[in-house]
Amino acid sequence: MEAVRFENVKYSYREDGKEYAVNGVTLSIEEGQFVAVLGRNGSGKSTLAKLINALLIPSAGSVKVLGMDTSDSKKTFEIRKNAGMVFQNPDNQTVASIVEDDVAFGPENIGLAREEIGKRIDFALNAVGMQAFRTATPSRLSGGQKQRIAIAGVLAIKPRIMILDESTAMLDPKGRREVMDVIKKLNREEKMTVILITHFMEEALEADRAIVMHRGEVVMDAAPEEIFSRSDELEMYNLTLPRAAAICKRLQNAGLPIKNAFNAEELAEELCELLQKA
Amino acid sequence: MLNDVTFGQYYPAKSFVHNMDPRAKIVFVIAYIVAIFLAQNFFALAAVTLFLIFCVLLSRVPFGSVLRSVKMILFLIIFTAVLNLFFYSSNSELHILWQWKFITISWESIINMVFLSFRLFLLILGTSVLTLTTTPVALTDGIESLLKPLRLIRFPVHELALIMSIALRFIPTLMDETNRIISAQKARGADFETGGLIKRAKAMIPVLIPLLVSAFRRAEELGDAMDARCYSGAKGRTKYKKLTFTWRDLLGLLAFAALITGIVFLNLYLGGKFAIIDWFLK
Repeated sequence: MEAVRFENVKYSYREDGKEYAVNGVTLSIEEGQFVAVLGRNGSGKSTLAKLINALLIPSAGSVKVLGMDTSDSKKTFEIRKNAGMVFQNPDNQTVASIVEDDVAFGPENIGLAREEIGKRIDFALNAVGMQAFRTATPSRLSGGQKQRIAIAGVLAIKPRIMILDESTAMLDPKGRREVMDVIKKLNREEKMTVILITHFMEEALEADRAIVMHRGEVVMDAAPEEIFSRSDELEMYNLTLPRAAAICKRLQNAGLPIKNAFNAEELAEELCELLQKA
Repeated sequence: MLNDVTFGQYYPAKSFVHNMDPRAKIVFVIAYIVAIFLAQNFFALAAVTLFLIFCVLLSRVPFGSVLRSVKMILFLIIFTAVLNLFFYSSNSELHILWQWKFITISWESIINMVFLSFRLFLLILGTSVLTLTTTPVALTDGIESLLKPLRLIRFPVHELALIMSIALRFIPTLMDETNRIISAQKARGADFETGGLIKRAKAMIPVLIPLLVSAFRRAEELGDAMDARCYSGAKGRTKYKKLTFTWRDLLGLLAFAALITGIVFLNLYLGGKFAIIDWFLK
């Protein structure tokens, strides 16, 4: 089934409707897909994310989530129940001073019974590996832990689609790894559709599909490996290759006969093979 | 610089007081304040003090943590003490100890000073026992529940409680932010330590403005995050935590009833606060 469908969507933050932040986007995301959305600052990727869960309503065109049109205000609640969103700064999305109360916020909003809310908290904290912190205070946790709590807060609503709007941008490498592991697990085990907005190219490599945005338009849409093999095109959109891929490309340019590699392991394998041949 | 603010800080422990219903505790604190203001002589205040010490022991919060909360209003206590000492007029000429222009110090003003500052001191200690043993969340839940009848007159009880808990939740975040901005401004050569009061207050402006701007930005993001988590007001919303009135609260109720009755009797039989002057002078 189709999780998200954009039909020639335009969105402008200005009242006169000039300067579109999202300018004529048409795309479709299947349920269960793990999609990374790349682009430099101001490319419209965050706007794209907010259009999905009806935080923004398109100025033109239509966005459908699981068949529901986001411009229909009667569907807004149902759409948000199905499309959860995690933001960039974990500090600005926590409402309560205790982890379990914060995770309970979403289930309380959708009017679940008390026992069910308890179960949802268990499920969500378990999924992000934070059961031990149920009664902790979020302000005393590390960045990665706080962001996992934020994810748990969204998970407790049991959405079918999870949108992460630069949710790893403020974290250190360890925190980033923690969050990525949780996301991948959810995608694999819970069959959740994941839309990951990021400017870390390494993260895009873990997705099934990568979309590159530039000045409000989708300019590339393919498997991450394919996108990263088109490095000249990427450069045009001010994006760089993942580090291992960049090293690999330089080695190729220097005349080493190795195949395209995108992460450290692949690159290491290629180089080992080359050494054995030599 | 801003790290030693205990007020409103929860002290995690498992105790009789921690386990009481927050609603009951709020009502008890009100009863406690009433008791302090009912007390007309030192014996009654001593009774309140003993009661408070008993409560602190029961709560397993170290006395140091409780006493620290007084720091916040130390200035206020000293201020009222000085005012009372100098400006409380005595009815009896015999009791005047020292006089200069319109300032007089008498036995009455000394007694009054001690009495009022001690009253203020007890007031803060008692309320801090509440905030030390009750999580901010439980506290706002308690207030929300107690204010529920006001819904009948369309008072936004749920919204008020939510605003309060979010405000409490953002205190540590904004405190960190303030420290960060202070460091950033110091790094650019701002001087917060020297100069008079006015100069120092002026030096805080470059701290407060970025703090305000960032608070607004945070508020906007928080609003989006709440929307994204299906928040749509009090309608159709359930609550995860349920408050229950238990035997502990019943015991508390009895204890407070006893305290207030005791104070009324101490007032009746042992006279006003100035009675001890006569005992001394005799």
